[in-house]
Amino acid sequence: MSATENVREQLESLPDYGLVALFLAGIWLILTVLAFAVGGPQAPNLAAGFIGSVTVLLGAYAILTLALNLQWGYTGLFNIGVAGFMAVGAYTTAILTAPANPEAGAVAGFGLPLWVGIPGGMLMAAIVGGLAALPALRLRADYLAIVTVALSEIIRLFVNWNGVAELSLFGVEFGTGGATGISFESPSAVVAGVVNGVGSPLVSAANGLGVSGPNVVNIVYGLTLLAVVGGSYWVLSRLVNSPFGRVLKAIREDEQVTQSLGKDTRLFKIKAFMIGCALMGLAGVLFRGSAGYISPAQFRPTITFYVFAALIIGGSGSNTGSILGAATFSALLFYLPARLGEFFPSLRGQAPGNIIEAIAGLGSLDPGPLVAYTVSNVSTLRFVLIGVVLIYIIQNRPQGLLGHRNEPAASVGLSRPRAADGGGDDE
Amino acid sequence: MGLAESVSDKRRLPVERPSVGVIGVTLVYLVADLAVKLTGTTVFAFGFRVIGGSLSVGGLFSMVLDGLLVGLAVGLAGIGLSMTYSILDFANFAHGDTVTVGAFLGWVAAYIVAGVGTDATLASLFLFGTNLQLSVASTLGPVLLGLVVAGVGTVAVVLLIDRLTYRPMRESDNISLLIASIGVALALRYLIAFVFGTQTSGVASSGAQFRLLPGLAITDNEIALLVVGAALMVGVHLLLQRTKLGKAMRAMADNEDLARVTGIPTERVIRLTWILGGGLAGIGGYLLVLESETIAFNFGWILLLLIFAAVIVGGIGSIYGAMAGGVLIGLVDSLALIWLPSGLTRAAAFAALIVVLLLRPSGIFGGVSTA
Repeated sequence: MSATENVREQLESLPDYGLVALFLAGIWLILTVLAFAVGGPQAPNLAAGFIGSVTVLLGAYAILTLALNLQWGYTGLFNIGVAGFMAVGAYTTAILTAPANPEAGAVAGFGLPLWVGIPGGMLMAAIVGGLAALPALRLRADYLAIVTVALSEIIRLFVNWNGVAELSLFGVEFGTGGATGISFESPSAVVAGVVNGVGSPLVSAANGLGVSGPNVVNIVYGLTLLAVVGGSYWVLSRLVNSPFGRVLKAIREDEQVTQSLGKDTRLFKIKAFMIGCALMGLAGVLFRGSAGYISPAQFRPTITFYVFAALIIGGSGSNTGSILGAATFSALLFYLPARLGEFFPSLRGQAPGNIIEAIAGLGSLDPGPLVAYTVSNVSTLRFVLIGVVLIYIIQNRPQGLLGHRNEPAASVGLSRPRAADGGGDDE
Repeated sequence: MGLAESVSDKRRLPVERPSVGVIGVTLVYLVADLAVKLTGTTVFAFGFRVIGGSLSVGGLFSMVLDGLLVGLAVGLAGIGLSMTYSILDFANFAHGDTVTVGAFLGWVAAYIVAGVGTDATLASLFLFGTNLQLSVASTLGPVLLGLVVAGVGTVAVVLLIDRLTYRPMRESDNISLLIASIGVALALRYLIAFVFGTQTSGVASSGAQFRLLPGLAITDNEIALLVVGAALMVGVHLLLQRTKLGKAMRAMADNEDLARVTGIPTERVIRLTWILGGGLAGIGGYLLVLESETIAFNFGWILLLLIFAAVIVGGIGSIYGAMAGGVLIGLVDSLALIWLPSGLTRAAAFAALIVVLLLRPSGIFGGVSTA
């Protein structure tokens, strides 16, 4: 116990970016070790593949968690319609950038470049968020939760509907593609173009090490996402430390007091909600649409709950905590267990096909089949783990990893004894 | 007193709140449209279809029956959600997966009992691996046994979850409890997936069919759902109105502190809430599978939002509201097909949820808790 306290003390003394960098380096190191443990001659390429995938995943979840933190952690708006706002952003971008004259069978779009499409998607996500927020923000937190999750399902069912799959308005053809989805200008293909053009010496150097071109692109795409995370972090930090941000924190602590101080809290809440939704829309494009293809099945409410798990783990109310929570969730709970389950071939080879055979082994005092079955199904079990971690954290450490760094809603420092910090941060 | 207030409240509404009036007008139009559709006439104006169309009476009744069946099961499941919402004061996002747990427990029991004695192995029976299809007409015993196991088994699971998860955090705020329930939902759903796999299995099929009207038939399994669902709802009504326990529960939902001061053992009432709500959720899930004939690890999770819609439309905390809301949402989900394309009927049910929550958060039957 005291050892962990000690480690935590040391981590506390690190600056925030140092903490995040340390965490990221640790994750990359673990995956590299795993790749070299199982990869053989392919190890460098495998390690690059792991690092690329985990960085993309981590970056995407970090953007989403930061957005949700602005809404829930700073303003106290319990939005569990994240998937819906991601869908609005991704679909708007897709419709704006899909080719105007597509190949046979594909859906037509407006053929605009991605640098128009992505801001367009963010804008649309913000507008839909604002429209949803107008009536919904009067509601109690748990009612708002139900309204937003219902809205996200309505959005998904709407884009899934074949009535809007292909439309023609004033002679312009566009549509969502219905259940089959829509193809558009791929963000990762744009990154690939840059890497293969300007970065071609880098690619040939990587090839010399045995790392394939697509894996280099994937790593660079992941780093691009991290840059977006950095940018969002910077903007959000500026925002929440501004007078605007202090009002948001005041709303979270006590909305009535804020109102009686003459602040139009509704307007502040709607603005915060819209900014968060715009970021979610951005993540929808860069994460779900990274390969230039989206379909309604990618925007089920489940992903909302993953983002929530990441935020609760990291600690709502702290931007650094959000990023660390996203990293813990996406890398340690989501990505790593699946890879571990995949790369134990000796255990996988003899894994029984179902749980009855696995338990039957116990009858002859042989736990082997059960262990093998468990390992081969670890990609299912990781969700059980995520659920248990969520319950454990909310019971024992509701402020999350870094939620105790919750900033007070004051412009001057309120020095308090350490024992009393984090008051009211879980409200 | 409450009745008079709520009646005068309803009279005032359309004048003070125009949005309610708009919805009223829309509903009147839809009913008129339905009547015209049934006569088979269509009225055009300026080249657009204003009202009418064609719909057979048998087709309408068949939709009503479908809606009623789903609605009864959703209503049964909704009772538990509504009770935890009012007595423990949180939105239980694990309730859908409680429904799944009940369905799996019940169907595994029914399947094994029905399959014992045939040449199927225990393992294949446990995982619904054989082609055995149960129905009320052909395998009444196993289906009834499964029903009991679904109820009792779910109660045990729910009590264990309460002991491990919610009891240590009785004093927490409702959002913390909600988040904990999200964790429970994830853990339950993927434990089921771990044991039973992620495929969809067909476990039931109708053993007999009865024609009621041209274009309208009902199967033995559907009759079972109707009878058991209605009987359980009457049972819950008697329990709440006629027993001391029911009175205690209603008191607790109304005002927990007052109930405790009056000497009602709150912890025992909470346990009974879980028992009643969990048991009904499990049975609801079991009956839904009997009607839909297939079972999958996430069917309850997908259903959760519909259950929430039922509870909210009926009024959170009201058990009768949950029952009526369930039937109503089931009907909306099914009858929306008359006006909307099939891809959007579920969206219509969710839209009803949002509209009720925004305009009348106490539900359409008024804000009477558990009475």
